[in-house]
This record gives sequence, structure tokens and C-alpha cells, in this order.
Amino acid sequence: MASVEFANVRKSFGTHPVIKGVDIEIADGEFVILVGPSGCGKSTLLRMLAGLENISAGEIRIGGQVVNGLAPKERDIAMVFQNYALYPHMTVADNMAFSLTLKGASRAEIDKRVKPAAEILGLTHLLDRFPRQLSGGQRQRVAMGRAIVRDPQVFLFDEPLSNLDAKLRVAMRAEIKELHQRLKTTTVYVTHDQIEAMTMADKIVVMHDGIVEQIGAPLELYDQPANLFVASFIGSPAMNMLKGRLDPNDALKFVTEKGVVLPVAKAPESARGRALIYGLRPEHMTIADGGIPASVVVIEPTGSETQMIMRIGGDDITGVFHQRINARPGETVGLSIHAEATYLFDAESGKRLV
Amino acid sequence: MTAITTKPPSALGALTRNNTFLGFMFLLPAAVFLLCFLTYPLGLGVWLGFTDAKIGRDGIFIGLDNYIALANDSVFWMTVYNTVLYTFIASVLKFGLGLWLALILNENLPFKSFFRAIILLPWVVPTVLSALAFWWIYDAQFSILSWSLIKLGIIDTPINFLGDPNNARFSVIAANVWRGIPFVAISLLAGLQTIPQSLHEAASLDGATGWQRFRFITLPMLTPIIAVVMTFSVLFTFTDFQLIYVLTKGGPVNATHLMATLSFQRGIPGGQLGEGAAIAVAMIPFLLASILFSFFGLQRRKWQQGGQD
Ligand SMILES: Nc1ncnc2c1ncn2[C@@H]1O[C@H](COP(=O)(O)OP(=O)(O)OP(=O)(O)O)[C@@H](O)[C@H]1O
Ligand SMILES: [Mg+2]
Repeated sequence: MASVEFANVRKSFGTHPVIKGVDIEIADGEFVILVGPSGCGKSTLLRMLAGLENISAGEIRIGGQVVNGLAPKERDIAMVFQNYALYPHMTVADNMAFSLTLKGASRAEIDKRVKPAAEILGLTHLLDRFPRQLSGGQRQRVAMGRAIVRDPQVFLFDEPLSNLDAKLRVAMRAEIKELHQRLKTTTVYVTHDQIEAMTMADKIVVMHDGIVEQIGAPLELYDQPANLFVASFIGSPAMNMLKGRLDPNDALKFVTEKGVVLPVAKAPESARGRALIYGLRPEHMTIADGGIPASVVVIEPTGSETQMIMRIGGDDITGVFHQRINARPGETVGLSIHAEATYLFDAESGKRLV
Repeated sequence: MTAITTKPPSALGALTRNNTFLGFMFLLPAAVFLLCFLTYPLGLGVWLGFTDAKIGRDGIFIGLDNYIALANDSVFWMTVYNTVLYTFIASVLKFGLGLWLALILNENLPFKSFFRAIILLPWVVPTVLSALAFWWIYDAQFSILSWSLIKLGIIDTPINFLGDPNNARFSVIAANVWRGIPFVAISLLAGLQTIPQSLHEAASLDGATGWQRFRFITLPMLTPIIAVVMTFSVLFTFTDFQLIYVLTKGGPVNATHLMATLSFQRGIPGGQLGEGAAIAVAMIPFLLASILFSFFGLQRRKWQQGGQD
């Protein structure tokens, strides 16, 4: 096990920059998830860590040692690929034992390592099968088994669950998390599914267009997003965002472009007189008499909660309510907003001010 | 509502419900076609081998006389030896060099598609044309090879490429290899490109060296294609005719005579149709053997099969 550090890491394909200066510190044993939209450079960063892609500038350190010039096989890293990359001509047992076979380990030694790994992953009865004869979930587990047998310094996962159906995905999510708690190996995990990130990570790295937008614990990112991008990326349904300015006469009032007045808990000097974006999470509002009038557009009761899309002064916002609501589309309800849970972002830079 | 009537099944109905029978019916047209156009000429050849037919005269059945004569014919045994040697050496060289070329072309080189096109050239040129070119290359007096070697000061007198038995054998093999490599190289290249890059990446993370990746990933995954390609290559080489006929006509002193060229020489210019046919028929066991080899080599490996064990 080891810590991992990215220090001002850059990568260009030809003249096209893909990673534009990334700094990340990952402590020994941490489970870190890289999230971000498609094409932001997550896989590239992971492949650079694995040594499959060379580094244009900056340094990557594993356990304090700079690995820029090391070949993949010298880095002691195991990776689970998105398509699993199982060797089709080898049985499950041989797939898992491949790294040991290459080292010339004895039959007994191989058994000693493969058997427990297969046990942990529930693959014991599949050891003689070929990858073709396995289901998607089983293949995924074999790929993990191959990594576990290695007992590496760092585990890398590149969207390991994206080929699985929703139900299996939830089950495997729990399995991977449990595995990490058992083995405590430093893990870097790539996904573009923010739910996966929120539920599994010790620390999330939000990436966008080759840079790191924010690094933090899941709830830290949720509660204190550094900017508009993180705020809109983390959370489902997404945060509502309304354009407008603070009322010059009363800084605790936010006026949208459509003239609707929304409450603000505190307004720093820097927020006054400039174009702002008002952020409001869907769960930070309740239906109450005498609230802001909102006309119901869509109402979706799911039993435990009710999701509603409402229109206030021409802007659509989404709300999630834990109360039962008997409204119909077209009706008007009163919306009470929890002012202390709202955010203000600078419209120009996207930075969060409050 | 309605009573279910159980009619005794009619004979025809039972037949059409029988899958084996239906399958046979569907196969019939193709089978008839194959029988007419493949088996008839083959059958005729085999029949001729049992006769003493000459050009311009129908033969009469003489049993195994042709084969008995061949068994005691040292020239025939020489061609068998030549053919096996020719096929074996040429195939091994084609495989080795072809695989090597395919591996090189599979790397990211500059002008990749240009080189791939170049490689195909020997294959596209008509055999007779390339044979003529080799004829010049191997010419006793004007050989470019001899000329270059003399200019470089390595030898003093031109090499007698096609005049000396062993030189001639080596020379025709070289020409055959030159012609056959593109087929092997391009087919294996196609095979190499079906191996996912991520397997190589996974293997290198697992600690494999370049050689180990070739040995444990590339080679096993390429075996099915190697089996097909090499079977075809062996078949083509074994039945080779044009190259020899243009270059040496079987000489010197039958040193490069192959079964195909001997069969033709005895049958057409020599007029002994029956004997020529018998020589050709004698090639069948060899060809059959290599087809059987391909049959077993081609059988889908266990790892390629889906489903349960
Ligand atoms: N070999 C390559 N050559 C040129 N450009 C590349 C190469 N590999 C990736 N890129 C580019 O680098 C950028 C980042 O790619 P990367 O695969 O890291 O994205 P990602 O964040 O993993 O996306 P996804 O979630 O879709 O997997 C993309 O714009 C892509 O087009
Ligand atoms: Mg990716």
C-alpha cells in the first residue's frame, strides 16, 4: 500500500492538451473517486498513473517515489479495465494467476493466493470456466480477482460498473466498498456516475476539461461546492440555478431576472451589485401557505417523496418534498425556501460567494 | 369448445417434421452442384490414372500398372522428395518471415498504410511475371545478384543459380517465399488487429515483458488464424507449378521437379495422360493430410465456445 501524488501533471496528445495541470494527494489506504463529464480526462489521468500513457509534464509519485520513467510492470499497480480485459484463452483460475505465473511462482504458491481471492469474490465454482462462459457481473469479479491476487500498492478502476445493469451495479458497488474496507489498499476509481462517487468515496475529485474543479469528502462537495460546475455536477436532481442580482436596497433579497424575490441568509459585500446565480437544492424548500407563488408543471409522487417541477416567474425549478402534496399541474402552490441553505455564485467566474 | 382430434400422423407430415430429413433436403441442391462440378473432374482424373490413355487415344483400364511403374521410378520419388522439401522449407520461411512482418506492421510506424500496400505487391503481380523477373535475377550471366556481389568484392565469378541442383532448389524456394509472404503477413496482420489493445495493457500491468506478451497473449490468440493461413499456404506451395515451370522447367537434372510439374510434363508434352494423371492422384494423400491438419487445427478451441461446459 502506498500514497499517491500528482504534482502539476500535464498531458497533451500532439498539440492538444488534455490534462492541464492536476494536483491531487491521495493518502495511504484512501478510496478516491475521479468524477467528471465524458472526455474530461479521467481515464487519461488513470492510465498515466498506471504507466500506460506517458506524462508530458509534472510528476506522479507512488509511495513518495517518482514513477514518471517507470514501466507499468515496475509500478506494482493493478487495474480493472472498463471492458475487464480478461485473457479469453485462459480459465478464470489462470487469469487470476497470470501475474504469479509470469513470476514463476510454484503451483502451491499460486493456489495459496488464488483460492482465498476466489473465495472472497464467490468465484470458487467458476475457476475452470473461460471468460466467454461468464455473465457480465462474474467477469467483473474475475477482473477484480486478478487485481486482488496481485496484492498491489494501488488499485485502479476505470468505470468498472458501466457495463452492468442497474441492479447489479448497486450490488457490485457495495461489494467493492466492502472489499476496500477489508484490504485497505489505496484505490483510485473513475466513474462519471455521481451517485457511485457519493456512495463509495472517501474523497472525490471533480474534474472538468482537464483540470480539477474541487477535491473533498462527498458531503463536503455537496454542502460547500466551490463553484457552479461542482454544484451542478454533484446532487440528483441537480441544484436549481436562477440568474439575477441582490436587491440594492435590501441585500437579503435576491431578485431574479424575471423579478421574483427570493430570500438570502447572508450577503457579503463582494456579492452586491454584480450578476449572480442563486443556487437552491431541490430538498431545501417546503410547501407552505403564504410562500412564493409557484405554478405546478409536473408532479411525480414516488411514495416516500414527491418531486415537482414548478415555474416561478418564468423559471423552472425542481423540488423534492417529503410531505404528501395534493396539487395538480396548473395549480399554484406557496413555496417556502430555506434561506440558510441557499448559495450565491458569481455569474462571471462561477465561484461560490455564499 | 372444440374436441381435440388426434389424427394419426401421416408419413409425409412426420418426415417434414424430422429435422435431419429437412436438413438433408435443404442440402440437396448444393450437394448436387458440388457433385457435378467438383467430383466429376476429380473422378475423371482418378479414372485416367487407372488407364493407359495417351493424347489422341482413349485408354483402356490397366489397374494399378501406372502406380506400380511410378513406385519403381526414381524420378518420381525424387519429385516427391523435392515437393516435400520445397513445401516444408518454403512454408516454414513464409510463416516465420510473414509473422515477423505482420508484427512490425502492427506497430505504430510512420507511413503505415504505405508499407502495407507495398507488402501486397508480390502477391498482386501475376506469378508468371514475377517468375520471369526472378529468371533474370537468377540469370547465369546477367544476374543482378551476382553482379552486386562481384562489385562488392564478395565473389569473383557469377553464381550459377539455376544450373547447380542445390542452388536451383534454394533459388526456387526463395522465389516462392517472396511470392507467398504477403498472403501470410497480411492475413496474420488482420489477426493481430483483432487482439484488443487492453489485453496487452493488462498483461504489461501484470508484469509481462515484451516477449512474454507475445508468448502468452499474441501467439495463443493468433493460433486459429495461423492454422487457416498455414494450411492454405501449404496447399498453394505443394501444388505450385507456374514458378517452377517458368524458372527451371524442373531442371537441372530434375533437381527442382515437383509432382505438379512432373505430372504436367509426363501428361501433356510427354503425351502419357494416364501416367500424368496417376502422379497428380498421388498428390491427393498429401493434400488430404494437410486438410485434415487444418480440420483439427481449425476446430474451435474450448475458450472460443460460448455457453456452458
Ligand atoms: N490516444 C489519444 N489520442 C488523442 N486524444 C486522446 C487520446 N485518448 C484520449 N484522448 C482525448 O483526451 C480527452 C480525455 O479522454 P479520456 O478518455 O481521458 O476521457 P474520460 O474522462 O475518461 O471520458 P469518459 O468518461 O468518456 O471515459 C478526450 O478529449 C479524448 O478525445
Ligand atoms: Mg474513460
